[in-house]
Amino acid sequence: MPNFNTLKLGTALPGRSFQASNVSLFLYNAAIWNPHRIHYDETYTTQVEKHPGIVIDGPLQGDWLTQVVTNWLKDDGVLLEFEYSNRRASYLGERLTASGHIVALDTERREATLELDIRDHNDQITTPGRAVVRLHR
Amino acid sequence: MTTLLTDDIRAWIGRTEPPQRIEVTRRDIIKYSLATEQQQPRYLNGDEAPPMFLFGADRPLTALADLGPDGLRRDSLLPPLPLKRVMAGGIKQRYHRALVPGDVLSIKRTVSDIFEKQGASGALIFVVYDIEVRDAAGELVMQETQTRINR
Repeated sequence: MPNFNTLKLGTALPGRSFQASNVSLFLYNAAIWNPHRIHYDETYTTQVEKHPGIVIDGPLQGDWLTQVVTNWLKDDGVLLEFEYSNRRASYLGERLTASGHIVALDTERREATLELDIRDHNDQITTPGRAVVRLHR
Repeated sequence: MTTLLTDDIRAWIGRTEPPQRIEVTRRDIIKYSLATEQQQPRYLNGDEAPPMFLFGADRPLTALADLGPDGLRRDSLLPPLPLKRVMAGGIKQRYHRALVPGDVLSIKRTVSDIFEKQGASGALIFVVYDIEVRDAAGELVMQETQTRINR
């Protein structure tokens, strides 16, 4: 339960690891009405678009970054800004870890800036991100 | 460096389309929340939409006959590009308030930039969209910049 006065620069937010499955990717793409074949048609994905495997959606990794923030914030504040950039593709079967830490604090506005990232099993960043939140107290 | 971007392609910068109107439903929020493995009860109960919910909700619903060989719809705001394979680029969002069931939104997309870069495995074309989301009262709900990459 974060309270602005207890926040410290550099503090890590609880991280979380995700492993998409065929089923979860199917449901995610159905929910966002995304028919791009690289998320479910392995033959097409590897032979036509030349990916090594089924591609985990970039915006799904963006969503996972928001969850690092919303699970930490709970009902104690609001998300004001969020951004991410898909730098490396990730493929079905990879375990990805989302994490974040506090990089700036604005006492007057009770706002915290968070640096976020998703890393693959080689600890390489696939998706860096950033968020700004405002705490209620 | 030779450029892939002709004047015809760059002329698409500034193009926009009539706003799309969408209704936010509890069921759609719950579907999205379950598929993305949300953990906060307000998302799982559908009381409030998770931050990235609109990424799917604002996708135009098109007839299957209008889907291309890669499965994607032909985007009315995408110029014909010499590079055809699409990758996600990233987004930047600014939230003015949370979305709740019953919200009726008007979503307007504009092509704000088109540029190219040399990536590790060849040329990349970036198409950038500005997306403005307003509620039924005309108040801003969210502003987004979305980047799509063609390789």
